[in-house]
Amino acid sequence: MKIVVLVKYVPEPTASWSYAEDLTLDRAGVEGRLSELDEYAVEQALQLTEKGLQADIVYLTMGPAKAVEGLRKALSMGGTSGVHVLDDALHGSDAMATSLVLASALRHVGFDLVLTGMASTDAEMSVVPAMVAARLGVPQVTWAATLAVDGTTVRIRRDSDTGSQDVEAALPALVSVTDQTGEARYPSFKGIMAGKKKPVQTLTLADLGVDAAAVGTGAAKSVTRSASPRPPRQAGTVVVDEGDGAAKIVEFLTAARFV
Amino acid sequence: MTAPPEGNPAVPPVLVLVERSGGTVRKPTLEMLTLARRIGDPVALVLGPADDATVATLGEYGAGTVYVVDSPELSDFLVVPHAEALTEVARQVQPAAVLVTSSADGKEIAGRAAVALDSGIVTDATDIQPGPDGPVVTQSVFSGQWLADSSVVAGPPVITVRPNSVTPQAVPAQPAVEPVAVTFSDLARSARVTGTTAKQSSGRPDLTDAAIVVAGGRGMGSADAFAVVERVADALGAAVAASRAATDMGWYGHEFQVGQTGKTVAPQLYLAGGISGAIQHRAGMQGSKTIVAVNKDPKAPIFEIADFGVVGDVHTVLPALADELEKR
Repeated sequence: MKIVVLVKYVPEPTASWSYAEDLTLDRAGVEGRLSELDEYAVEQALQLTEKGLQADIVYLTMGPAKAVEGLRKALSMGGTSGVHVLDDALHGSDAMATSLVLASALRHVGFDLVLTGMASTDAEMSVVPAMVAARLGVPQVTWAATLAVDGTTVRIRRDSDTGSQDVEAALPALVSVTDQTGEARYPSFKGIMAGKKKPVQTLTLADLGVDAAAVGTGAAKSVTRSASPRPPRQAGTVVVDEGDGAAKIVEFLTAARFV
Repeated sequence: MTAPPEGNPAVPPVLVLVERSGGTVRKPTLEMLTLARRIGDPVALVLGPADDATVATLGEYGAGTVYVVDSPELSDFLVVPHAEALTEVARQVQPAAVLVTSSADGKEIAGRAAVALDSGIVTDATDIQPGPDGPVVTQSVFSGQWLADSSVVAGPPVITVRPNSVTPQAVPAQPAVEPVAVTFSDLARSARVTGTTAKQSSGRPDLTDAAIVVAGGRGMGSADAFAVVERVADALGAAVAASRAATDMGWYGHEFQVGQTGKTVAPQLYLAGGISGAIQHRAGMQGSKTIVAVNKDPKAPIFEIADFGVVGDVHTVLPALADELEKR
């Protein structure tokens, strides 16, 4: 069996991000990391094989040259190999183009199970897993809080505000996992050393048979026209509680007509 | 089903996917009908049975036509049947835009519809205005630190809208009800719901559309301490929320987490107790109109964005606040 985990190399959440001149996220000017939410998918893939599932684990990413560091981080946690879709034409790709490229790469690599996180921590759209599943024509089993694979079936539990659902689908399928699946492991020193030696294949759009004109800034179907930092909130009044803190809050809430 | 809805032929329909909870149309749907009116004639799509109350509510907020797709697939399988129904109705209606709530399921339905319609998609809209080349969508991006204006240049724009982005305005219409038959694909029947466990309702408003949210964080110190957060919330008719620190500690349910990996809220009032205000938390609440914070650390970043702050111990200030509010 082959498990392919989609991973993304994203700007550090604690860094200060900005737009480049072409109104895409400035990825060059900021430290990056493997998206924290993808680490949960990596962890689940590893746990499935540790529980006895016979499977190769392949990590797939698309992004600039530095994105290979995200693959290396995942490989240091475990798994078999990495695939990096690297092509200058990808710059500025929107969710439509990203899902097109990832689906093409998945077909190229082959898969029985695709695992993803619940969102990237940069674009935060949460749409790419569903869009990739749509393009591949495989079941989407998303927002898993628990995950089990037995032979040809994947079963998950997903939690919502109103309760939880058990869902099952036949493989091949795409599953996205939430941060409730369980904390991701830290790579060991041995894992880091081993991860550096694992094979990483680089693929171009031509390798995937994707027309460069169908991706990137020029093909984007949604376009950012302008962007500005959110105006900073003005800090208001801060008082020190001297036994009257609650009364002062009530006073404020009353003046603002909340009570 | 036939032509686009009645009304001025020059004004295009704008298709709003209706979200209901316990049979009631949720407030974000009414907000989307209000936004839709800025760029065209709102029409609504109900998935599942459309009872009189649903149609009446949608009409009250200006839906000229209520399209209805009702089929067992919608409750038995995840996401795909909903996306196929939305796509089919969008193909027939040819809307100026498709609006869907920015929820977990809503975004996936929208994403699949965008693929099927070969449309651009914009998520997490906080505002929509008409523009010379179609709707201009304001989005909150980069953990809410930036605001971007985006537009869609291919296909009917598919837009997911954050709750509490606009105040719903009643503009009564008499909607025509149009059932639509959809032939679902085999793929729509591929992810089967085999069991559901309903959670007992707290009786509090839904977190994402509540007008007031009372939240507790690491400073609450224990699960038991959340009882006072609930007391303050109930006295204000508010929803309860928690920071990731508190939900990771198991003090409060994960579904109440506000922040980058949880929900994004934008209530009229956000009252934060024992929350320091790390950037990941601010990402989920800085669109709140008014912020009140109680924290014992005067240097907590939450005070930089709070309209009113009290430096003090949540274990004394919040119980006193609950007492005061309950007296009213």
